[in-house]
Parts: sequence; structure tokens; C-alpha cells
Amino acid sequence: MKVAYWPGCVSRGFTPELHGSMARVAPLLDIELVELDRACCTGAGVIAEHNQELADTLNARTFALAQQVEGAELMMNICSTCQGAQSECQERLDANAEYRGHVNETLSAEGLSYEKGLTNKNFLWLLVEEIGLDALRARVKRPLTNLKVGPFYGCYIVRPRPRLGIDEEHPRDHYLEQVIEALGGTVIEYAGMRKCCGFPIITMNKEASLKQAGRHLGDAVDADADCLVTPCPLCHLNLDMQQPLAEGVVGRELNMPVLHLPQLVGLALGLEPKELGLSRHVVRPVSVIDWSTSVVGAAAPAGGW
Amino acid sequence: MAETHKPPEKFTLRLRRYDPEAGEAPYWDEHTIELEPHRSVLEAILQAKDRFDGSIGVRCSCRQAICGSCGIRVNGEPALACHTHLDAAKRSAKDGVIEIEPMGNMPVLKDLIVDMDAVHWKKIQRVTPWLIASQPVPEREYIVSKESMVDVTQTMGCIQCGACVSDCLAMEVDPGFIGPAALAKAYRFVGDPRDDEHEVRLRDLAEDPQGIYDCTHCFKCVEACPKDVNPMGQIMRLRRIAGNDFGIVDQNNGERHEAAYTTLVKDYGLNHEAELLPRSYGGNSWFGKFHPAAGKELLSSLPIVIKGVLRRKVNIKIAIFGHKLPKQDLKAVQAIYDKVEGRKERYELNLYITGEDEPKEEAAPLAAAQSSTEGSAS
Repeated sequence: MKVAYWPGCVSRGFTPELHGSMARVAPLLDIELVELDRACCTGAGVIAEHNQELADTLNARTFALAQQVEGAELMMNICSTCQGAQSECQERLDANAEYRGHVNETLSAEGLSYEKGLTNKNFLWLLVEEIGLDALRARVKRPLTNLKVGPFYGCYIVRPRPRLGIDEEHPRDHYLEQVIEALGGTVIEYAGMRKCCGFPIITMNKEASLKQAGRHLGDAVDADADCLVTPCPLCHLNLDMQQPLAEGVVGRELNMPVLHLPQLVGLALGLEPKELGLSRHVVRPVSVIDWSTSVVGAAAPAGGW
Repeated sequence: MAETHKPPEKFTLRLRRYDPEAGEAPYWDEHTIELEPHRSVLEAILQAKDRFDGSIGVRCSCRQAICGSCGIRVNGEPALACHTHLDAAKRSAKDGVIEIEPMGNMPVLKDLIVDMDAVHWKKIQRVTPWLIASQPVPEREYIVSKESMVDVTQTMGCIQCGACVSDCLAMEVDPGFIGPAALAKAYRFVGDPRDDEHEVRLRDLAEDPQGIYDCTHCFKCVEACPKDVNPMGQIMRLRRIAGNDFGIVDQNNGERHEAAYTTLVKDYGLNHEAELLPRSYGGNSWFGKFHPAAGKELLSSLPIVIKGVLRRKVNIKIAIFGHKLPKQDLKAVQAIYDKVEGRKERYELNLYITGEDEPKEEAAPLAAAQSSTEGSAS
């Protein structure tokens, strides 16, 4: 399927392995990515905090660009925060024709216009709803047997439920568990899986922010997870990049690898850890991969890799 | 309405019991009751108390989601017991047994009763929850236009049940955080044209390290609120007014972070993470990184930065120069900024007040953003 692809900023900035791994995984799932390289940052809720109309207009521009991609079935993103920020703006734009007209008036300077009713899905939703778990299962080449994976969603992709279209028919707040199982892994449930990673307040209250990250990682350690998987690169920054500092704040060793969703999918579809950028993480995923043999789920070799 | 005629069914409750005065650890108790599926969880608890164990501690009064007394957790999520149907509760239960606990973030007095005074009411008092009237006070009532008050009606809907406080994720790690209910209450007065202390209130809440900038934007309170008060949305409004209208630059980097983020997206079209951090500490310009506050922060992050560079996680070129949109597109983005920010007044759409103007389209069940009635600002 062909999708208008919004990669977000962080996936091309501080977590380049996310954008890279998505590019590797897409062809294996017959997803054609048409990158929206003219679109701007979603604002991650911060621009909306500054000026709601500004955030709505910037995102309406992205939606309009996505609607121009010929043959694309929908728009896809790979960032929980982008999903939440965009869904919030879309909720207002779709609810009120007068407001939509007002925003489109600004976009008209560029000859763009947003038509109500865009479908915008995170890769996670697309995996389950468009590709389907059975089809995904059928493509698995290297099942994640014995790999214990803890899901970490990110707030923006699980709340508020009505805005995100989460209901009994679309239990999108349980899709990570479904995907982990379809890839042959074992789901580890733990207290923090749908809680906040702390990233939004890292510059305002660093200690509280790192305490959040450290606590959830610690819960995952206690639940015996080998690694976490997340559809959110901002969560990844706080959970992986800041993990050494989080260890200091919660006063315990964590050493918990955190994988981006396309990386986990890629491993199961047979891609090599290195081409998925797994060597770029701050916390090395030694509990996930035996680097020398690229065997997923093997015990960590003595001395690391 | 067919559901209301369904015959009574059996429902099993798993109640968390705890009496701090007894000196024993909390434990779980199970009771099976029989009620029509549309009846409330509160009625189920009261039946269990009536028939099986009179010592179950539960607080309730109106039984119609007005008094806010019966806040509890149902299957791990905050809710009003009287406002949660048994059939829905059973469907969201992991193993078919409805799990009932006291609210979180507040000490338990007995079973399902928590100490609202120790946490919730103390925080409400913290925000001076009364009108400090503009002088001179008119002899009779204040006359204000309807339009100027409609905005605060959303926060007036709060029934003080504590559901948002119960599951506030910032409060979970930082109990001193003023929290969603009290900050929504603060907006009730900051948004009131009759109040004379808007700036004093905002400065106080912005400078407090546990004030408006301690909210972690997790949407827990938005979802917890049974009255669609959208506390997080009110907190974002407080930030917007404090920073934009009163120019309050707080000691917590809150305003600087917002200003830096907004400016960087204007300058680059995309977020420039490596600039965002120092600017949030040191000020919103390229020179921000040379401010002592930024220097200190960068120094403490240095080991991580070096690790990121060594692992090729952080690309040095991107870290220094950022990534930018193509020229033509960047210009278009900047034109949007100029037009929208050039307006005399900010244009805000609050769906709580305006509602939806068109019915939901059945044809697009997969659209990511299904409209809802809850609040707008974030």
C-alpha cells in the first residue's frame, strides 16, 4: 500500500535509527513510503500551548500536503507524539466547518486546502488494522521466541481515547501486545506501560522527569523484561538516551534496552540488527541480540559486544 | 433504551480493603452481587456492604454524578462509582471480575475512602480559590458580558471528585505538584473578567517549581474527568496567558522552552533538538547556550552527548546546523506564523463550548481523529 509518510523531526534528528529502520522495514511489508519532506513539525503540543490556531494551521498544511499525494491510501506517522498532536488539531478542524474555512484561508496563500476526514495512522495502527496480524505473522522469518518484550506506548497515542478512536472495536491501546505476540515474542506487562516517560518536563523539572523514566524502566526490570518497545521517539530519548541519568535519580542499575517499533518488527522479519541501527542506542541491546551471530533472544555474551 | 430492561445478572467485585488503624496490610475481598447490567458500580458496592459485609468503607451521597463523593478506581482507572455502569465495568475487567480500589495519590483512610483534605483540598486552597474583585466593587452585582464568562464555564463544571488528582502522573513522582484540579480552579479566576489579580496569580503559578510548568502533558486528567473539565487544557491556557499576555519568564524554563520551540520551528521548519535544550535554559537565541544556566546543564549532559556521538546516534552536522525544510516551504511556514501571530487576538476554538457542527461520518470509522465533546486547548 502507498502511504503519505510523516516521519517527524526526532526520527531524523536524535533518533535517526528510527527513520532508517522504518525505511528498511516498509518494503518487506509492501508499504510504499512517500515522504512528506515539505511538511513542518507538528509542534508536539508545545506550539498549541503557545498558540492553538498556529498549531492547527501548520498541521492543516501537512494534512493538505498528504491529501495531494496521488494514490496514497492514508497518512502514516512513526511517532506517538506526532499522532497525538496531529489528532488534536484534526479534531478541531474536522468538528467545525467555519474554523476549517478560517484555517484554509491562511493555507490558500500557498494554494493548499485541507478537506475534512483525513485518515492518519501511526505505524502501529497501520500494522494491525491495514496489514493485519495474520499477514504480519506470515512474514515473520525469525520469530522472537523467548524474547520478553515490555510495551511502552507514550501518552499521546493512548489518551484521550475518543480523540484517538480507541474503543472496544479498535483497542489501539493494546496493539503493541498484539504485535509482540504476532512476532513470536512474549509480552511483559508492567505498571508503567501506559504512563508518561517524563520527556515533556525534562527542561522544567529534570528530577521528576527522570524519576518517571527510571521508575517505569525499573518496573520493567522487575517484571523480567529483556527489552522495551515504543512507537514514540520522544519516549525513546528519555528511556534510552537519558537512562544513565535516570539510573542516578532512582538509585539503581537499569540496563534496559529500548527498541523502536520498526526495529522490533525488522528483527522478526529477518533484517540484521546493524541495518536497523540497533548499535546506535545508548543502552546496548545485548539482552536482545547476540551480536556475533545475530541471533535474536540469545543470552548476552560475556563481555558484551 | 432496551438495555434498561435487561434482567439482573451476577457481577463479582474484587474490593481492595485496608484499615490503617488496624495495623494490617491491605487485602482483596470478593463479593458476588446481583443487579441489572445498567446499574452502577456504586449500587453494587452498596449491595455488597448491605448483604455481606457492613464494614466496607465507601463514601457517597447524591448517586447521580453531581456531588463528587464516590471517586474510586474501577479496573485501575479513576471513575465515579455512581457514573460507571456494571456492564461496561465488566467488559473492561481483565478477568471478568470488576476490580475496585481507592483513588491514588491520596492516603487511604479506610477501604475506598481517601483523605481528600490532606491532598486535594489543600491544593485547591493553594490557588486562592475565590474572586479577588476589581475595585471599586459595585453596589449591586457585577455586570459582565456573557461572552466574557462563557470561557470559564468549563472549569466551573468541576465537582471536586478528585478523579484527576488520583491518577495525575506528575503528582505520582512529585507529590508537591499543585495538580490538575487546583490548576483548573486557578483558571476559573484567571479567565474571570471580574478578578483583579490575574497577573499576580499567574506569576505565582509560573514561578512555583511545582506550578503550571510541572504538568507533564500526559492527558490522564483529561480522561479521568467525569465532567469534561479538561484540566490539562486549562493548564495550557494558564501557560499561554502567562507567557504570551503577561510576558512572565519563569525560573523553571517553562516560558523559555515554549518560546524556543516555537521560534526554532519557525526558523527551521523542524525541531532542532540540539538548540532547544540550551535555549530552554539560557534564553531564546543562538547565544542562549553561552548563558551560565545553559552551560551548567550542557556540562551535566555531556557524558550522554558524547555517548550519542560515539554511537552515531547524534549526527554532529545535524546537532550543529539542524535540519531544515526546503526554502520555499520554510517561507510558507513563516508566512503562516506571521499571519496567525499578527492577529490582534488569538483565535481559540473550544469544542466544549462550540460542540461539533456536523455529525460524525459513519463512512470513516478508521479516521484517527474522531471528534469528541471534550475540551480543546492543549
